[in-house]
Amino acid sequence: MSEKLQQDSLWIRRRIIELAHNAGANGSHTGGSLSLVEILCCLYSNCDIASDGTHERNRLILSKGHGALALYATLERYGKLSKEDTDTFETNGTKLFAHSSRIVDKGLEFAGGSLSLGLSFSVGVALAAKSHGYDNQIYVIVGDGECNEGLVWESLMSISNYGLNNMTIIVDNNDLQSDGFGSDVMNSKPLTDKFSAFGFDVHEIDGHNIDEITQVLNTKHTNPKAIIAHTTKGKGVATMENNPSWHHGIVNDVIYNEAMLNLNGGTA
Amino acid sequence: MIDLKYNARSFCRLGQSGSICGMAIPAAREKYPIKVLSADMSVAAGLDRFKKLYPDDFYNVGIAEQNLIGISAGLASEGFRSVAVAQAAFITMRAFEQDRQFMGYMNYPIINIGISSGFALTYFGNTHYAIEDLAIMRSIPNMMVLSPADAGAAVKAFEKALELNVPTYIRLTQGLMPPIVYKEDFEYAPYHITEIFGEGHDVTIFATGSMVHQCIKAAELLKEEGINCRVMDVHCLKPLDEATILDACNSKLLVSVEEHNVVGGLGSAIADVLASQEKHPRLLKLGVKDCFSTVGDYNYLLEQHRLTAAQIAEDIKKYI
Repeated sequence: MSEKLQQDSLWIRRRIIELAHNAGANGSHTGGSLSLVEILCCLYSNCDIASDGTHERNRLILSKGHGALALYATLERYGKLSKEDTDTFETNGTKLFAHSSRIVDKGLEFAGGSLSLGLSFSVGVALAAKSHGYDNQIYVIVGDGECNEGLVWESLMSISNYGLNNMTIIVDNNDLQSDGFGSDVMNSKPLTDKFSAFGFDVHEIDGHNIDEITQVLNTKHTNPKAIIAHTTKGKGVATMENNPSWHHGIVNDVIYNEAMLNLNGGTA
Repeated sequence: MIDLKYNARSFCRLGQSGSICGMAIPAAREKYPIKVLSADMSVAAGLDRFKKLYPDDFYNVGIAEQNLIGISAGLASEGFRSVAVAQAAFITMRAFEQDRQFMGYMNYPIINIGISSGFALTYFGNTHYAIEDLAIMRSIPNMMVLSPADAGAAVKAFEKALELNVPTYIRLTQGLMPPIVYKEDFEYAPYHITEIFGEGHDVTIFATGSMVHQCIKAAELLKEEGINCRVMDVHCLKPLDEATILDACNSKLLVSVEEHNVVGGLGSAIADVLASQEKHPRLLKLGVKDCFSTVGDYNYLLEQHRLTAAQIAEDIKKYI
């Protein structure tokens, strides 16, 4: 299982770089997409995330809309988007731009982009599920930079207040945001203590370790669950790793070749 | 239609918010899968009865208007009919981006009810006055904007919003016992401006919300002086009934009156329609002249902004 997911992750990273390269001068959010890859692979492989439109479906809501490119590539890997779909990334008239649209039957649950709105929306979705008596799970991915937003904390307060143990929040904790390192811009640490104080079952893991992610996703929980996944922005491409300038950047031919070499196991 | 008998006097006793929250919403719950959400304003809004009848269908999200609209959207995405209730100033301004994202862009048919708009909160001061809400809500694509003139009309507006099932902002104001404009039951025509008083072609006054009543009184004063005024109730600011505005261009003077900033509200909406016409009468825009207020009681505030019936009549006379 772990080996297959590692192969999936590699495929998805290559596809992210290809699509970013195709987008050319439009640029794309490569760094924050590359940090998300293992998390997305494990969610789609372990959690029965459905795109069949049934009300009882498990959902993944990408509140961190800036990671949409990783989601598109993952949905292609798992057959929910076609290559023809993802090839439209950042072309005129596309529905697959830097931040996703809501297209439920393609597995895109939320029109992300404005940070924190997806988490607040998810609270309503989880309340509706409880109200119907469904036994499903609502997975939400937020970024650590996104946790600067006040609405994140309004949402966490309400998740705790309503006892929404049908929610799992995964923080893609790559410690980078547009202006630089989170600890320099606006320090939101310690996230674990904060989520605990809000009544969550909190797990801290290596967000690139497939075994750790799988295990924590499969851990039963009676309270709302929060997974603080420590990740590396730009993971897998040497020049992008932990480099603030790859929050949003242009993958030209040189970068593309370097990146593909890295992702094929070599160094540039 | 919901099963609720029109009774202007009992609606008046409850006020606009009390009539919708205390009467219309509980009645509507029998037919629609309604969820009501409030940002710590349920008691003031008159939701106690609904909470007692349907405790599982009410969520108090606390003093958190942004989350109020986000959660309402999540529930709406699952097929519930979300009704969000908070003070007009905060449900439109604090939550503006959520209103735009969820009601506009994502097009969820939330009914967003703003209570105590305009100067209703008198001694609470300018932080609590909503004199920009029509302007900003009108600017959001997909949004229907309703501004009923009395408590009965507020119930009608709510019923229509439920029936049309589109994203809707309902602007409410005043407390208990607001003046009655619509004494008898009436057919509520959405998207139409309603002529409710007067005749002749001297002056056509377009009024909205609380100002409809003041303008009827102003028109009565002017009639005594031989000036014929028609008063039109603009209960729906968006979509706007452009045909009725253009029909009124045979008047000598057009007037707009709103308990709202003259920037971006009713007067601006009418001016937008007139601007494309080769010839049209002058438009006198009465309202708050782009300023904050000196705090006082309701009549003090209306007088400060020249929005009492007598002042409206005086200002109209200067232009004819």
